[in-house]
Amino acid sequence: MNRLPEQGSGHQKQITELVILSGKGGTGKTTLAASFATLARSLVLADCDVDAADLHLVTSPEIRQRHPFIAGKEAVVDESACTGCGLCASACRFDAFQEIRDGKRRVIPVRCEGCGLCVHICPEAAIRFEDRVCGEWMVSDTRFGPMVHARLHAAGENSGKLVTLVRKEARRIATERSRSLILVDGPPGIGCPVISSVTGSSAVLMVTEPSVSGIHDLERVTALARGFGVPVFVCVNKADIDMSLTEEIKRRTEDSHDRFAGTIGFDEQMVRAQLEGKSAMESITGNTRAMIERIWENIWTAM
Amino acid sequence: MRIAIASGKGGTGKTFVTVNLARSLGMPVTVLDCDVEEPNSNLFLHGDLVSQSRVSVCVPHVLEDACTGCRVCADACQFNAIAVIGRKPLVFEDMCHSCGVCTTLCPHDALIEVPHEIGTVTVRQSQHVSLVEGLLDVGKALAVPVIRQVKGQVGADTDHPVLIDAPPGTSCPMVWAVDGCDAVVLVAEPTAFSLHDLTLAVDTVREVGVSFGVVINKDGLGDDRVARYCESEGIPILGRIPFDLDIARRYATGALIVDKEPRYRDLFLQMWQSITHLAQIGGNRDESLA
Repeated sequence: MNRLPEQGSGHQKQITELVILSGKGGTGKTTLAASFATLARSLVLADCDVDAADLHLVTSPEIRQRHPFIAGKEAVVDESACTGCGLCASACRFDAFQEIRDGKRRVIPVRCEGCGLCVHICPEAAIRFEDRVCGEWMVSDTRFGPMVHARLHAAGENSGKLVTLVRKEARRIATERSRSLILVDGPPGIGCPVISSVTGSSAVLMVTEPSVSGIHDLERVTALARGFGVPVFVCVNKADIDMSLTEEIKRRTEDSHDRFAGTIGFDEQMVRAQLEGKSAMESITGNTRAMIERIWENIWTAM
Repeated sequence: MRIAIASGKGGTGKTFVTVNLARSLGMPVTVLDCDVEEPNSNLFLHGDLVSQSRVSVCVPHVLEDACTGCRVCADACQFNAIAVIGRKPLVFEDMCHSCGVCTTLCPHDALIEVPHEIGTVTVRQSQHVSLVEGLLDVGKALAVPVIRQVKGQVGADTDHPVLIDAPPGTSCPMVWAVDGCDAVVLVAEPTAFSLHDLTLAVDTVREVGVSFGVVINKDGLGDDRVARYCESEGIPILGRIPFDLDIARRYATGALIVDKEPRYRDLFLQMWQSITHLAQIGGNRDESLA
């Protein structure tokens, strides 16, 4: 978990930051983020699903800047200085040491938490504490406006910090270019990167689906957003899979004084748009299109 | 035999594959729900409660009489979990990674470790399936300690299959869920987003060093890009589940398709044969952790 991103005073307050979340994965967060990007004027996109970022697949970003994401440290054993006493391995709480031979150890990088305990206690000072490159972040231009996105390395650490960095950069660009909306494509779940996505934002849109798991996960992520005092909108994707559950979600949303923003039916056109690298609103026609427009209108008017 | 079911992208069918496989096997099997941020397995297995316990992590507690405000703890903490205001250390429990640096380094023995609750582990029984579910408390950031607790519920010597329902993504929670398994099943859909996240999950599982294969869910919906990718990378396809709105409708209500349609039980049993074969031969295991 990371600290609140700095909320600016004065003119920065005019920037609205809408975060799209779901709890459960695969409900359509990115599809809706790209659709809203087509409908909105004057926005900055931020892809905060940093360990499985997909928004770039339908926005074809032209990358203008690329930066390494350096966060935290990792322990590295100097084999020639190691005497094989094993103190590091017995102290490490993350089982991150592996014996090579004669008691000499090496660090298993995916297990190293980067706490530095071993570095401090090694009697031979044989463990270095090196900067860890956990991924990269990029600033790009898209046909919808500027976009900040990132890629966490495989098995990378510090996803919450990377989310905070992406949001901060998006806010900086929005201020600099006088753009009034930041649209955040968020991660699934309720843990570290989700907390970093929600804190200090203007509103959250929950995209759910009418299933027992969709509802279960929605309740938890909604409780999280309420805990941070952020207003919540709810919409249901693939609503016609189970209309009675869709009605139940609507009822529960209104009972808890959140705002119900609308429904979208299951439509194979959405999959086709994605395969063509387009936002849904750039290729689909008919009822689904109207439903997405209505959701956007409901949110935008209320904000 | 320990098998993790993972994906990269969320919502591709990890839980769907886990619970239907577990039910199909017809022999004692343990399911570990390691998607502790949003655990869903029990919504489909409907198990009876066996036991429940709270999960705690160790966080530092300052003994004010012994503390001199020297700041060694705050300077050593890599996670900003201790700040010294004036000469008083302030502990932010939810930032703490329970690494023990502060308590080990304090020159005045002024820090002790106390438990801090972050979640719950629940054991349930549903027919021949034992389910161990981890649940992270809402507002807590760190899923990994709960995942480790869930995985610790089953000894390495267990002789029946263990299925691990992993969290989405490719960062620490997913890595801790798949680490130490005999094989990983990556569930993908034939869509652009899913293929992209599958390639990230493949990189991660290779980094962890576990054998893996792919199950294609909703086969027939998008196109054949996932199958083509697997072929070009030499990744075994362990099974294909056809795109069928009827499956989605039944799943929405919490029903198991293998209970309703015997042909799907056969499909999952065949998938299980491919999985056990992969786990036994060690398939495409990378040696980085071995």
